[in-house]
Amino acid sequence: MATSSLTVHQRAARSLVVSKYVMAISGILMIGFLIAHMLGNLHIFGGREEFNHYAEGLREFGMPILPYGGLLWIMRPVLVIAVVAHIWSAVRLTRRDRAARGSGKRYQSTQHRRGVQRTYASFTMRWGGVTIALFVIYHLLQFTLLPKLALNPATDGVFPGSSNPDPYERTVTGFMVWWVVLIYTVAILALGMHLRHGVYSAIATLGLIKRPIGRTRALAGAAAFALLLCLGFLIPPFAVLFGVVSL
Amino acid sequence: MSTETMPDTHSSIDADDYFVLGDPIADTAAPAGPIKDRWSKRRFDAHLVNPANRRKIKIIIVGTGLAGGAAAATLGEAGYQVESFCYQDSPRRAHSIAAQGGINAAKNYKNDGDSIDRLFYDTVKGGDYRARESNVYRLAEVSANIIDQCVAQGVPFAREYGGLLDTRSFGGVQVQRTFYARGQTGQQLLIGAYQALQRQVNAGTVRMHTRHDMLELIVVDGRARGIVTRDLITGEVEAWTADVVILATGGYGNVFFLSTNAMGSNVTAGWRAHRKGAYFGNPCYTQIHPTCIPVSGDYQSKLTLMSESLRNDGRIWVPKSGEDKRDPRDIPEEDRDYYLERRYPAFGNLVPRDIASRAAKYVCDEGRGVGPGGLGVYLDFADAINRLGRKAVEAKYGNLFDMYAQITGENPYETPMRIYPAVHYTMGGLWVDYDLQSSIPGLFVGGEANFSDHGANRLGASALMQGLADGYFVLPATVPDYLAEHKLAPVPLDHPDVLEAVQSVKDRIDLLLSIQGHRTVDSFHKELGHIMWEYCGMERTESGLKKAIAEIRRLKAEFWSDVLVTGKGLELNQALERANRVADFIELGELMCIDALERRESAGGHFRGESQTEDGEALRHDDEYAYVAAWEWGGDGGRPILHKEDLVYEYVEMKQRSYK
Amino acid sequence: MKITLRVWRQKNAEDPGHMQTIEVPDVSSHMSFLEMLDVVNERLALDGEDPIAFDSDCREGICGMCGVVINGIPHGRADSPVQTTTCQLHMRSFVDGAVIDVEPFRSEAFPIIKDLAVDRSALDRVIESGGYISVNTGSAPEANSTPVPKAHADHAFESATCIGCGACVAACPNGSAMLFTSAKITHLGLLPQGQPERDSRVLNMVAQHDAEGFGGCTNIGECTAVCPKGIPFDNISRLNHDLLGALVRGED
Ligand SMILES: Cc1cc2nc3c(=O)[nH]c(=O)nc-3n(C[C@H](O)[C@H](O)[C@H](O)COP(=O)(O)OP(=O)(O)OC[C@H]3O[C@@H](n4cnc5c(N)ncnc54)[C@H](O)[C@@H]3O)c2cc1C
Ligand code: HEM
Ligand code: HEM
Ligand code: SF4
Ligand code: F3S
Ligand code: FES
Repeated sequence: MATSSLTVHQRAARSLVVSKYVMAISGILMIGFLIAHMLGNLHIFGGREEFNHYAEGLREFGMPILPYGGLLWIMRPVLVIAVVAHIWSAVRLTRRDRAARGSGKRYQSTQHRRGVQRTYASFTMRWGGVTIALFVIYHLLQFTLLPKLALNPATDGVFPGSSNPDPYERTVTGFMVWWVVLIYTVAILALGMHLRHGVYSAIATLGLIKRPIGRTRALAGAAAFALLLCLGFLIPPFAVLFGVVSL
Repeated sequence: MSTETMPDTHSSIDADDYFVLGDPIADTAAPAGPIKDRWSKRRFDAHLVNPANRRKIKIIIVGTGLAGGAAAATLGEAGYQVESFCYQDSPRRAHSIAAQGGINAAKNYKNDGDSIDRLFYDTVKGGDYRARESNVYRLAEVSANIIDQCVAQGVPFAREYGGLLDTRSFGGVQVQRTFYARGQTGQQLLIGAYQALQRQVNAGTVRMHTRHDMLELIVVDGRARGIVTRDLITGEVEAWTADVVILATGGYGNVFFLSTNAMGSNVTAGWRAHRKGAYFGNPCYTQIHPTCIPVSGDYQSKLTLMSESLRNDGRIWVPKSGEDKRDPRDIPEEDRDYYLERRYPAFGNLVPRDIASRAAKYVCDEGRGVGPGGLGVYLDFADAINRLGRKAVEAKYGNLFDMYAQITGENPYETPMRIYPAVHYTMGGLWVDYDLQSSIPGLFVGGEANFSDHGANRLGASALMQGLADGYFVLPATVPDYLAEHKLAPVPLDHPDVLEAVQSVKDRIDLLLSIQGHRTVDSFHKELGHIMWEYCGMERTESGLKKAIAEIRRLKAEFWSDVLVTGKGLELNQALERANRVADFIELGELMCIDALERRESAGGHFRGESQTEDGEALRHDDEYAYVAAWEWGGDGGRPILHKEDLVYEYVEMKQRSYK
Repeated sequence: MKITLRVWRQKNAEDPGHMQTIEVPDVSSHMSFLEMLDVVNERLALDGEDPIAFDSDCREGICGMCGVVINGIPHGRADSPVQTTTCQLHMRSFVDGAVIDVEPFRSEAFPIIKDLAVDRSALDRVIESGGYISVNTGSAPEANSTPVPKAHADHAFESATCIGCGACVAACPNGSAMLFTSAKITHLGLLPQGQPERDSRVLNMVAQHDAEGFGGCTNIGECTAVCPKGIPFDNISRLNHDLLGALVRGED
């Protein structure tokens, strides 16, 4: 909390709005990665060669100026910082917001629990975020970490495909299991919700809405974006599950 | 006119029964000389307080409306220690916030011949020649500065496409001198003053005390030196002392129970000062506004004003026959009585407020009123909609129509609105001299709480002007003069006069709580309101007023023996708050009736049934009544003492108003 | 009509409080919501019970003094066809036999005083920290010396119509007063007179907003939905914009 020994500038720089800037900017960085990732994933329709080339391409990008894996190695710290900043701010905001709304049950009335105009998406930012975080851990174990650490076929039970050295096979094997697809679907829908409110919210947080119509537009744009991103992510797993793409 | 009161018209007042005649008021402290120079002369003559000494001087200001808020901000800027009080939870809620129409200023931006002199003249005439020339001239003189000040504070007045300020004509004057901010002018002006005030709170020059009700004035050695308040949250009764006290506590229209004032608007601060020796000026002058939404039932708590501008396009009528209970839309033209157009062909629906109000009362008294209880007349836009189209009407009056629809649940685009007059403004108030100082030295009064600038009737858009003139310009010039002239020793909080004042407040509260009678505070307030509205409302007669006085005296006795105030003193207790106010309203009501009884002429908002022209218009008697009635408290059970302040007109010729 | 009220009763700040059920058999549909409470209070008083404490003053939707949560929504917006203050909500909005829940505005920054009355002085302190233009009386230039484009003046006016009721805070799931704060930032920030202090104003007001214990804005928009004056959401975005600018531009 602000203390009187700080200048106004310092107090304002520690305000919740600034945490929101952090949320928005880190969110946008993550969005940037996800757009690229989503488009990349669609290479799966190009077959094994192309998909592996894309995965490899990620690493070769910028060579020889950047070392092998250069882009990834720049992107990774940025992403890690974004994730940490995002989560750290989310925790700070959540704490303060909970405290601000008043302790205990806020209103006894059971009517209009959902307010007048709230979207379901705006309700689920926090749990949605947690869902996404859990998913990413799972996802990284399955596709990035486990394959690298120990190519132990035993992990395949919980992380189908994780032992396969070939990215294309790893992916396809994984999505041939129905419950893996289910996990992905839930996570991607959660992500969609998060972004449906998040993208609009980031636009507002960064001060880009200047007129009433701006809000309507930002909401519509965010919904469209979230929908496209969801679809883009959902297509590969289902394509595999339904046999459109196979080994 | 009700027939019951007719027979008494010619009997004379038995003055001694009701009041005592005191000495006339000799001096109003106005400088002599040409009227144009008086205010600058006064300011030049004023003694000044050295800036270094200002922060040692304490000023109490009760009220945070336009007058009090502006004064507190300005005196705070000057470096005084200001203690500011209001009964609401925030200074921004003072009832100035409710003013809709606009604020006058002699800027002549429209180049339509406006000037300080014309605003001065219009105000004196509008007040039916019962206002002081010097004061009114000063008001007109500072009016232009008010607009400059407000614009600089960020008040978002309406503007034209070129970015310059827009003005409109208002209240029947022929020049466009009214500045406005849609229908929320008072709100915007008040927020401007509030922000200036908060700036001083931040700077530490003003200490704000919200939810504090002033219940007593502290007078030491004949000078106002402090106030006693009740903290409305804790119930604690506290004394505050200072070098000077300013009251800016608004109008007392709530003596009628139903009015356009806020629920908490009260006369207590002023009345307590009156009981301590401050004269009360012209208490009977009340303004009744013709276009309010009618009462719908006896649970009603207040009346809502709708802007007078509606009369520009709406036509006012009632059915020709009181028996006619048809849906208004089914009543054919020949069965309608457009009574204002009939009686005042030249001005039609645009006659001044008092005339329009009274005319509505007459047709309702004849049994031709419409709506619940027969207390309403139609304000019909059917013609305007036919002529201009619904779009145009919507653009002009949309927000008012919406407000009407929200309150009544009826759609005014389809069926005529119903309107009825309601108490709106009180021209009377504590008597003050040219410096706005009351008859108690060191007690200054500003805004609607004083009686000063509007005479017997206030023009539309002039109250906001007066409140801000008092607050920004007059008080900050005259109060320091008093302070410079009188270097006073501090009054300790254990001074006997302070303790006595605190004790009297505590005793009164204890008494109110101990009665534990059978009637709620509101039931007394409603009954008082009925009496006042019936006998001291739009039309007053001798017999009616005498009856009212008797009724009020009975009511007062009943109040003090049978009121029921629940709860305790040391807590938030809204019944107790109201009880304190109603007790004072009852006493004020009696004085209003006595004043109305004494003034046997019709002037502005005061219409005496006995004093009218052959065709039923108000008739003044300048030879006998060209004075301000300043009433001195005559003690509990005693008779009030009347001091007359003669009004001298040097610049304006007194004429009878005519709107035929 | 007949209604059943469930009202929050709380003797003082320390009392834990509870919901009290009161049957009101004879409500006229023309009554305003607060007039209905007046009638209930008259009866409670005559029955020797403590009347329900609630704030109101102008009763015409302009002073911002009134405000309770009706059926979970500040000012009863969910039961009103149009944006409204509590004092302008009428009983005709409810059906015969309705059960109506009445509670105080809740947020950590608005301590409850008694029953339905809360302390909203935090909002005054937010204005106090910088919600003004510093101009001393008497030093103002001629009003028409600075033209203001009509569009800016109109937009500033819309934001200036905030009545400081605090419903936005009571509706916000985060207890944020961003709509209130941003309305003032927008009002003054759009006018030429407000420019010199634009940066310091937003820094100060945001700092004070947080110091009062209001929460952060997640851009949910419930505030604008219940706001009786329809203060638009873009004001919040404007505040964010101004704060970012002020922080980037550096020390004032
Ligand atoms: C509905 C309506 C519309 C109007 N429209 C216009 C218009 O268009 N143009 C125009 O010029 N005029 C208009 N008027 C009149 C004008 O608004 C008022 O006369 C003027 O604003 C009064 O200002 P004030 O500062 O004297 O008092 P108020 O604004 O009434 O302020 C009174 C202050 O005193 C405080 N107070 C009162 N009693 C106590 C007490 N006992 N203890 C502590 N504090 C106390 C209150 O808290 C408040 O802060 C209108 C009035 C009404 C009611
Ligand atoms: C890692 C787990 C995540 C958690 C715990 C999380 C949590 C949150 C929370 C609580 C908010 C609302 C903050 C507030 O306004 O008070 C939020 C906003 C946001 N999140 Fe996330 N999130 C996560 C992941 C993501 C991801 C992966 C993205 C983008 C791809 C993202 C993008 C956004 C955006 C754009 C916002 C809006 C920021 C704003 O309101 O200005 N988040 N997040
Ligand atoms: C159908 C959906 C998806 C597929 C097929 C997929 C596939 C992959 C693959 C194959 C990799 C490994 C790349 C490599 O290291 O060579 C990867 C990495 C990654 N994926 Fe996904 N992914 C999907 C959805 C998601 C989602 C929804 C998120 C986030 C919310 C996500 C976040 C990541 C991250 C953070 C990495 C690590 C990148 C790095 O190496 O730093 N993925 N994904
Ligand atoms: S923004 Fe709206 S809801 Fe919030 S205080 Fe202002 S008027 Fe009330
Ligand atoms: S509801 Fe709350 S989250 Fe923001 S948009 Fe309004 S303050
Ligand atoms: S009482 Fe003034 S806004 Fe409701």
